[in-house]
Amino acid sequence: MSQAVLHQIFAGLATGGIYASLALALVMIYQATHLVNFAQGEMAMFCTYIAWSLLQTGMGYWPAFLLTVGFGFVLGVVIERVVIRPVERSSVLSVVVVFIGLLAILNSVAGWIYTYTIKPFPSPFPEALANPLMSPHELGSILVTLVVLVLLYAFFRFTPLGLAMRAAAQNPESSRLVGIRVGWMLALGWGLASAIGAVAGMMIAPVVYLDPNMMGGILLYAFAAALLGGIDNPGGAVLGGFIMGVLENLLGAFVIGNDLKLALALVLIVGVLVVRPSGLFGSVQVSRV
Amino acid sequence: MNRKLLAVLILLLVACVLPFVISNYRVFQLTLVLVYAIALLGLNMLTGYNGQISLGHGAFYAIGAYCAAILMDKWGVPYWATLPVAGAVCLVVGFLFGLPALRLEGLYLALATFALGVSMPQLLKYHAIEEWTGGVQGIVILKPDPPAFLAGLGLNQDRWLYFFSLGVALLMFVLGRNLLHGRIGRAVIAIRDNPTAAQAMGVNNALYKSLTFGVSAMYTGIAGALGAIAVQFVAPDSFGIFLSLVFLIGIVVGGLASISGAIYGAFFIQFVPNIADAVSKAAPWAIFGLFLIAFVYLLPAGIAGGVQMARARFMRASSQSEAGGAKQPVTAKEGVS
Amino acid sequence: MSAANGMLLQVRGLHAAYGATRVLHGIDFGMASGSVTALLGANGAGKTTTLRALCGMVKTVGEVSFEGRRIETRATEDVVRQGIAHVPDGRGTFAHLTTEENLRLGAYTRKDKARVHEDIERMYGYFPRLRERRRQQAGTLSGGEQQMLAVSRALMLRPKLLLLDEPSFGLAPLVVQELFAILRAINRAEQVTMLVVEQNAALALEVADHAYVLETGRVVLSGTAQEIKSDDAVRRSYLGY
Repeated sequence: MSQAVLHQIFAGLATGGIYASLALALVMIYQATHLVNFAQGEMAMFCTYIAWSLLQTGMGYWPAFLLTVGFGFVLGVVIERVVIRPVERSSVLSVVVVFIGLLAILNSVAGWIYTYTIKPFPSPFPEALANPLMSPHELGSILVTLVVLVLLYAFFRFTPLGLAMRAAAQNPESSRLVGIRVGWMLALGWGLASAIGAVAGMMIAPVVYLDPNMMGGILLYAFAAALLGGIDNPGGAVLGGFIMGVLENLLGAFVIGNDLKLALALVLIVGVLVVRPSGLFGSVQVSRV
Repeated sequence: MNRKLLAVLILLLVACVLPFVISNYRVFQLTLVLVYAIALLGLNMLTGYNGQISLGHGAFYAIGAYCAAILMDKWGVPYWATLPVAGAVCLVVGFLFGLPALRLEGLYLALATFALGVSMPQLLKYHAIEEWTGGVQGIVILKPDPPAFLAGLGLNQDRWLYFFSLGVALLMFVLGRNLLHGRIGRAVIAIRDNPTAAQAMGVNNALYKSLTFGVSAMYTGIAGALGAIAVQFVAPDSFGIFLSLVFLIGIVVGGLASISGAIYGAFFIQFVPNIADAVSKAAPWAIFGLFLIAFVYLLPAGIAGGVQMARARFMRASSQSEAGGAKQPVTAKEGVS
Repeated sequence: MSAANGMLLQVRGLHAAYGATRVLHGIDFGMASGSVTALLGANGAGKTTTLRALCGMVKTVGEVSFEGRRIETRATEDVVRQGIAHVPDGRGTFAHLTTEENLRLGAYTRKDKARVHEDIERMYGYFPRLRERRRQQAGTLSGGEQQMLAVSRALMLRPKLLLLDEPSFGLAPLVVQELFAILRAINRAEQVTMLVVEQNAALALEVADHAYVLETGRVVLSGTAQEIKSDDAVRRSYLGY
């Protein structure tokens, strides 16, 4: 395989990791609530701005990173308890509208506080990571993504809280019967999803520059990845993310050019929904005849 | 009924007199209100009356706008002739998009249309069609002059465009009202509320849903064409996802499943950003977001619903104070007219 | 620890409704600690609703006292923490989790984590087939095995009161015998109070000390199991055998 193709694949894996993280966040919320979080991108963007502010104060990168992840977690919990809970059982349209409202508010508050001028965002990965296949940041992104995914997997698989969250997402009524506070499990799920989004935002910002509108296209790819993998399958979402990243780069470099990347996501989304709504690994009945 | 007709006629009279007493800029703004009202009626047909959520109607607006611009710029087609073409193109595109959409329920349709809305600007910038679309710069078109046979009425370009839009809007609204209040409208609403029952009663769900998508796109496309003519300019970045979201805001605030809601909503989305801009560039969207959430919690039927409730309360109060007079019949109507 | 009159559970004037439909019209009953009580009646009599009402899963009016404390206003999760375990009809197993994960969840609210492992082994002792399937997805177990899992999960709480909704439903007769024998043994050995809802009245009366019969949301008959079993007229008119 030529050097160019290899490079595109690896670069694709790097962005793919980001799509995978966001897709995972989307699936986590979907599994627990059967809702698609349209505001996921803006939440990630907002957290990234918080990171930027922290860095402006002279704080080191990794302390700022950790604080931002913590902020993202709290943001997610607060949003679920305050904004989403009252409408959780309402009509689909009401819920979608509330998500869009959240999207608008987050976007505009970021724009108001930070203005719409784009800002550079630092990459913490040293030149020492440079290698012939990927830039330091690309390699670093993949590593961070993998660490996040492994931590999450371990959390859900091996800890009692993780088990309780899985239970609450699958079967809220039975969960209550063993004493699980389902409402708080939901809030925790949102918190985790938001924290993952914050990580994704901080990994992508050095590449696309910080700007209130930076997450739109990325979110679209995350949606496509989640659908491709199966909207109720976390493993599928992760795989879908990496596939989307590689696909984007290969097609972008050799077939359709950079111009139509969003159209690619559109075609994929509509295609998956129409041809195989449960995606590659999902089980949910998405369509209704 | 007669009282309502009278109110409409009075409003029309005001609407006709208004352009002569206010500045040209205000006339232009009111023209845009009319344009948005048509677009919102289109979206409302699909989302409010038929329950199919669209987060991508800005795309149809864009298609209509570009149709008008390309026809006028490349082929010198007169402005008024571009409207039917824009409508026809969007009818077909909308119907075609509606076909795969048949298989998607609520959230997934929202997702698919969201994708459409987000990707539209990039599609419009695609270099292969640049010679038609003007690429990133877009296309500039000339504002039409009032027709010669109406000279002497004191019509300048802005006023003429306003009356033209008013005429188109009236036509579209009357057509819409007849569609939605008749048998077709009932079928469309039935599909929203209980698709299984509707199917069982002989309604061809698939056909109606796709047609509704098509007609809804047609309305928004015509609005887009009109809007392009009013603004004299089309460019890809004006038709991003936020346009689609603004339309959604318009129907939620104005009132879902309501014809008058389209008008309230149009006023809201035209004037609120202007007022809010004074505070900060970001403020309009913060306000939109807050209003969206507030309306969902507090006033889910929108302004139109609020008006309906106020009128009902007023009527109850006034009929109670009548001593033994004939009672007003209370009709539980689906949607306000 | 019990109420002044020695009853573990005391229910007075319990009304329950699903939305606008009232299902229970003021029922009274009590359970002494360590007893097994059967709740009998035809389909739709309100038996399942009674259990759900005890757990705060349905809108109620009335008085429910557990160990002398009023619990009718508490949420399900809190009722569980009082020591009441409910095996619902339909079993409520976590189908996508493994057998062992289901058991561990039963002990979710327990503070004595060290003894949870001990208890899991005990459950495998009662129901060896569960040990064979410990890493299998619970949804792939047979009906009988899922019922055993559901009961085990409830027992993992080390409850003071165990509520069972139609435990014999859909099970082969031999399996049912096995299950009820184990329940009786647990009741005796560990003093777990049990309230068993059953359509199969004969079966329930074999294991119960007391019984209540419900009809359209009201208690129409109460007494010791022996009394009710031996009264032919009652058996025929209310219990159908």
